[in-house]
Amino acid sequence: MDIQIENLTKSYGPQIAVNNINLSVKTGEILGFLGPNGAGKSTTMKMITGYTGIQYGTIKIGGKDVGKSNEDIKKHIGYLPENNPLYLDMPIIDYLQFCGELQGLNKDNLSKRIKEMISLCGLNREKHKKIGELSKGYRQRVGLAQAMIHDPEILILDEPTTGLDPNQIIEIRKLIRDLGKEKTVILSTHILPEVEATCDRILIINKGKIVADGTAETLRKQAQGNEVLKVRIEDGDSNQIFAALQELNFTSKVDFVGREKNFFEVHSQTEKSSKRDIFNLCVKNKWVITEMNPLETKLEDIFRDLTIN
Amino acid sequence: MKTIWIITKRELAAFFNSLIAYIMLGLFLGFSGFFTWLYGNDIFLVGQANLRIFFAIASWTLFFFIPAITMRMLAEETKTGTLELLLTKSVSDRQLVMGKFIASLLLICIALVATLPYIITIANIGNLDNGGTICGYLALFLMSMVYTSIGIFTSSITSNQIVAFMGALMIGLFFHIIFDVLAGNFTGFIGNLFDLLSLQTHFESISRGVIDSQDLVYFISVSILSLFLAEWSLSNRHFQKK
Repeated sequence: MDIQIENLTKSYGPQIAVNNINLSVKTGEILGFLGPNGAGKSTTMKMITGYTGIQYGTIKIGGKDVGKSNEDIKKHIGYLPENNPLYLDMPIIDYLQFCGELQGLNKDNLSKRIKEMISLCGLNREKHKKIGELSKGYRQRVGLAQAMIHDPEILILDEPTTGLDPNQIIEIRKLIRDLGKEKTVILSTHILPEVEATCDRILIINKGKIVADGTAETLRKQAQGNEVLKVRIEDGDSNQIFAALQELNFTSKVDFVGREKNFFEVHSQTEKSSKRDIFNLCVKNKWVITEMNPLETKLEDIFRDLTIN
Repeated sequence: MKTIWIITKRELAAFFNSLIAYIMLGLFLGFSGFFTWLYGNDIFLVGQANLRIFFAIASWTLFFFIPAITMRMLAEETKTGTLELLLTKSVSDRQLVMGKFIASLLLICIALVATLPYIITIANIGNLDNGGTICGYLALFLMSMVYTSIGIFTSSITSNQIVAFMGALMIGLFFHIIFDVLAGNFTGFIGNLFDLLSLQTHFESISRGVIDSQDLVYFISVSILSLFLAEWSLSNRHFQKK
């Protein structure tokens, strides 16, 4: 099932939470939702799940309008809300059974699914405990289990890996990636490497607006612009090398890196690369290149660039 | 319908897994039993083999206990965020409200059924008026229905259980006493209007053994109105931040 969002807008009083978002998510796509606190991530997710009303615009899931016939659509959505609310007085198995029944699973199927979910989310040792007795990480696993119990076609996870230990994070990421092959997954997170590790597509939103949309690669390219190389050239006079580098065809700026004598930062002109020129220059002058690194823009930098203003 | 039952079942299980249900049942039976059998204007003092006294006392105990049962129903869900969890599953606002309503009402019915020994005892002492007893229980049930729905409504407008409790008592007080008092103070149309609104009037008429359709319509319509308001107040989340 795919999700189509058109001109989605929502305001709380004078404050605009979501500002004219257009978005479409295809089946088999894992979309990572990034944004600073209060950017409108959770609000958008709540509108997709039908919990919060839509002010302007439409959300269509599998062609059906969420605002109109949402009881039926909800059966196809698995949702893990922010802060993972749970009934603390219920034992895990009872709770999963309750959630499964509400989503319309029949009895035979239900007990099978509960077993699957318990082993999938690593709850086997704790399964007879009450949810209130569990640690945060285990509660998060119960939250994930209840979201997936009815095998939904759409999974919406608001910060799914908070409170999990590193091993579990890796398992959950793998799980999400596996699920994402056939299902539509939208997840929000603050952990940037997580988005790179799990998502096919990244969406950065700030102040209710989409500021970036694409794969990690395309975002990097967009943000990076010109090529920047860090080059260490030895066996020559550093000032001479510096001057020679500046005279290359495509360089726009050359700098020393820190206080080191033979370490340079070479900025190229737009859409040009100086790698070959530098090599040829060194061959000609019998200098030795001992290091040449393209400077990669990190996702963190892109995120900061786009959301601080 | 199935969804409503699933919610009701969970709610009842939550009642009986915690101490709430037992404390409520104990207090209800304790209070009504104490005043019916042991203290004040009790059955032995009156010397008649009927349950009039019990019905009068039970109507007061229920008046206080019903808000205590209903106060957490939706307020707690709002506070802990589980409301979001429920309503993003295949559950409509109406189904949730109905599920909670039926669960509370069932608990009260259990409390009423637990007073069965009273009937048996009195039937052994003297000649019990069967029709009157059935009507008395019916009146208590209908009254509980009204107060439960009012309690569910006040629970839906806040995330604070105390506010929900006080609110339900306040609204309940109008139906229980104030309309009755006002009806006595006014004459003509306004007096009739308050008389019509007063729950006591309808309660007494049914517990006397007269089942009038007007009384039934009164109890049912007040309940439906309150439940409808509860549903409406839940749907308010679509427009504002909670």
